[in-house]
Amino acid sequence: MERSYLNLIPHQRSNLIETQNLTRKFGDLIAVDDLTLSVKEGEVFGFLGPNGAGKTTTVRMLCCLISKTSGEARIAGYDVGKDADSLKIRKLIGLVPDNVGLYEDLSAYDNLDFYGKLYDCTEAQRKENIQRFLTMLGLWEKRDVMAGTFSKGMKQKLAIARALIHEPKLLFMDEPTANLDPESAKTVRDFILELKKEKRTIFLNTHNLDEAQRICDRIGILSTKLIATGTPQELEGALSSGGGTRATVVLLQEQATDAVLAGLRQLPTVGNVTAEGNKLAIALNDPEKQNAAVIEAIIKAGGHIQSVTIVGASLEDVYLKLVNEGGGS
Amino acid sequence: MKEGGVRNVRLAKSWIIAAKDFKTYRKKRNIIYSLAVVPLIVAVLIPAAVSYGGHKGGANGIPATELVILLPAFLFFYVILAAYLPTPIASYTIVGEKVEKSLEPLLATPTTDSEILLGKGIAAFIPPLAAVWGGATVFMILMDLTTHNTLGYYYFPNWSAAALLFTLVPLAALLSVQVNVIVSSRINDVRTSQQIGALTVLPLAGLYLAGELGIIDLGSTSTFLIVIAAFLVVDVLLFFVSRATFRREEILTKWK
Repeated sequence: MERSYLNLIPHQRSNLIETQNLTRKFGDLIAVDDLTLSVKEGEVFGFLGPNGAGKTTTVRMLCCLISKTSGEARIAGYDVGKDADSLKIRKLIGLVPDNVGLYEDLSAYDNLDFYGKLYDCTEAQRKENIQRFLTMLGLWEKRDVMAGTFSKGMKQKLAIARALIHEPKLLFMDEPTANLDPESAKTVRDFILELKKEKRTIFLNTHNLDEAQRICDRIGILSTKLIATGTPQELEGALSSGGGTRATVVLLQEQATDAVLAGLRQLPTVGNVTAEGNKLAIALNDPEKQNAAVIEAIIKAGGHIQSVTIVGASLEDVYLKLVNEGGGS
Repeated sequence: MKEGGVRNVRLAKSWIIAAKDFKTYRKKRNIIYSLAVVPLIVAVLIPAAVSYGGHKGGANGIPATELVILLPAFLFFYVILAAYLPTPIASYTIVGEKVEKSLEPLLATPTTDSEILLGKGIAAFIPPLAAVWGGATVFMILMDLTTHNTLGYYYFPNWSAAALLFTLVPLAALLSVQVNVIVSSRINDVRTSQQIGALTVLPLAGLYLAGELGIIDLGSTSTFLIVIAAFLVVDVLLFFVSRATFRREEILTKWK
């Protein structure tokens, strides 16, 4: 089945999604403004933004559901907005919309079977994939139960299975854990992580920062305009280097000595160092990478370390700062 | 976003959508009842009324001269039914999807707007048509059994009944389906949509009354052909309106 989709791609590209100045207006309202981004094959890309930021509009444009006002967008090399390419694009993608939109009077199995048919899956493929995905999502035993009787979490899982029924190259998920209880949200997140392990390309709309941080390889922050893109660490780092509060806090077994402070200040990557009794606060751009050198410098200067903790700018800080500023890097 | 011209419609895709809707109808009692009960009630009640009628003052039933006028008029009820019966189904098949928010994932599949619209049209057109034809068949059999003694022959089937059932009935059903598609695009409630859609019976009821009042003679071939032609023109016009209404861009951004 995978082979048939590969045949549809005119040129193998590393970027599965490419947009250039993509814009969508509704009358005078600009929903998406000048969006330029790319998503690589096998990448989980998180699209973060407040309500009304244009996340759903972007997904709808990329899924060829609504037209763009201006700019360019390509999915697997096919032009979004070109009539001849839209069916090919829709065959390559799967969509989990913000509203699950299941057929409540049909069983879970019949819901998936219907979509499998629309995607031209053979009967054998449909049977195999329905069983595989319903089993993975813990719904196989409920396959003959009407979807209307399912809980919100079960419906969301069924909607994900529906989007995967044809083994799409690219999966769009529009806030898949919104309105779910914590347990259901975790199940859905765990399943997305399973899909990530399978190297599927996922475009995830969310305003759940923790979810984005845990799942996504890269994140784009949207507020009509794309404000920032990068890995979660890069985004956090960007805030720290721009006057943020990222730091490593080291607790020593004794009072911090001048030798320890001098040793730390000699390190080129270290910013401000403050000492308060046996507690050291060391400003760093990338504590995960730089902590080894910090620890080594302290030990070399005769310090005895009790504990090391990274504190400071989280993705939430970055998100709030950038969205509130409405612009940025 | 415009796509999928009428010429590129893949019937198989439309049929998949229609077959899914047929499966859904089986779970909807109101749809089953409206399809099965109403045509059967007409099929049984009118022959029963004819059988018991005309006995006042010792008369021996409705005379043959009146029966040959009444029978085609009664059959015309099935044309009105053909305009009424698609209403609950067409409303459900489109407004129902709107309410369940299931149109967006459907539109995200590799199917064109025309294929989806055709699938919905087939789903709303075939069951009422089958119900009308089934009901009309029962009606004609019962009517023949009721009137054979008076007329001395079986009145049904005949060419004018066949012309009515195979031309005007499908055209009336098609009219109703298309009106309901257009109404459904602006309405968010199945019942309201049904109530507005049911108004499609009015022009047909008017036609019936005009025939009964002698304003037009539906028994005349030329009048009948004019009526058929008028329905054809309206159906074609409504097709373009419903096609323009049922565009993914419209559905996702403008449908209420």
